[in-house]
Amino acid sequence: MMSSFQGRDILSIRDLSRADIELVLKAAKKMVPVAAGSRRSKSLDGKILATLFYEPSTRTRLSFESAMARLGGRVLGFSGTEGTSVQKGETLADTIRMVESYSDAIVLRHPQEGAARLAAEFTERPVINAGDGAGQHPTQTLLDLYTIWDEKGSIEGQNVTLVGDLRYGRTVHSLTYALAELGAHLTFVSPPTLEMPREILEHVKERGLAFRTAHRLDEVMRDSDVLYVTRIQKERFPDPQEYEEVAGSYRVDEAILRDAKRGLIIMHPLPRLSEIAPEVDRTKHAVYFKQASNALPVRMALLDLILGGGE
Amino acid sequence: MKELRVTPIKNGTVIDHIPAGRALKVLKILGIGDSVTSTVTVAMHVPSRAMGWKDIVKVEDRELESREIEKIALIAPAATVNVIRNYNVAEKRRVTLPDRAVGILRCANPNCISNVREPIETEFVVRSKNPLRVVCKYCDRELEEIVTHIV
Repeated sequence: MMSSFQGRDILSIRDLSRADIELVLKAAKKMVPVAAGSRRSKSLDGKILATLFYEPSTRTRLSFESAMARLGGRVLGFSGTEGTSVQKGETLADTIRMVESYSDAIVLRHPQEGAARLAAEFTERPVINAGDGAGQHPTQTLLDLYTIWDEKGSIEGQNVTLVGDLRYGRTVHSLTYALAELGAHLTFVSPPTLEMPREILEHVKERGLAFRTAHRLDEVMRDSDVLYVTRIQKERFPDPQEYEEVAGSYRVDEAILRDAKRGLIIMHPLPRLSEIAPEVDRTKHAVYFKQASNALPVRMALLDLILGGGE
Repeated sequence: MKELRVTPIKNGTVIDHIPAGRALKVLKILGIGDSVTSTVTVAMHVPSRAMGWKDIVKVEDRELESREIEKIALIAPAATVNVIRNYNVAEKRRVTLPDRAVGILRCANPNCISNVREPIETEFVVRSKNPLRVVCKYCDRELEEIVTHIV
């Protein structure tokens, strides 16, 4: 059966409807045994994926490469622009036109916002955005959504609390759009200077969803089903002491988890610094390493839907 | 009889119903500077029944291109553009802002791909016309201070 994904660009999570997202989540679930190597697949046999990483990103690149290999396909590309024609000043448009003839799909990580959208205009091949500057990283959002769905059984109606730097973090912005699309109840916890941008809150409101904002984590712990923790960066604060105080007040440790629901899951896009105490790793709440490993089945599902037509 | 402060022109364009105080911005959009060879008349703070006060710009021997009209629409959404041929109004049209502003605005985000050497034109999606809100097609950011980013 032809899937609605065949040949499609994945540039922003906002290009995907609720039905699209649900299709990817279900396809990812089916990929789990293939991702673990316990079932073999040749569904992308003969297909070539180009991974163009204008800036290095070990995790994203390796998981795309592994995903392609697990499905019997092949990968070519570069990581860092050293020694490539990019360094000679070639435009992104020209690089894409060239790579088009070598591959069936293109995965692009680029330091500038909008690069993936530009790339998609210069090729008939599907383009998957693997991060464009401070812009979009839709496959990260898909694996976050998959983690919630897989752990909690559903996304609609879950109380999802996003905590940390909500102003600058692209991960939480894309996730918020998607969670609003899927009907989750959202709570935003951040210091006053790092609140979720107004236009994103307006969007959530337009979807007819109620949300709450808070400055303290302990106020919202009791009724959260999902706690999505992000890093607060030191450079956002002119005063180092202020940073220490703020970062400390959003730290997730055993003490704050005393109020938590039994089924609470804690997520983090990683790498983490001190915002989740190591003692939390041992609790049943911690799913952040699982979340990272979900990158593989999710990216496999997406590649299969786009290049193979899905199963 | 009402005295005409500005005399009729033979051939050219009259841009009327410009919000008071914006005529100089219209001149800037039209690139009117030292090298202009025909007459340009500017009337500022003219009484207007519809607007209270308005500005008017008359440019002789020149008809505007559609991109220029789109740019004017960004700063004067109610303006009318009258094309004058042989003292008669040959065409009268209201400026309209398209749903997508192509090649007339520059993105304010220095890290946007539209600001580097790539073979593309800038493109903004018009989210709302009143108040005017536009979003860059590439980096998805809303453009603040639209007037200062007209190309």
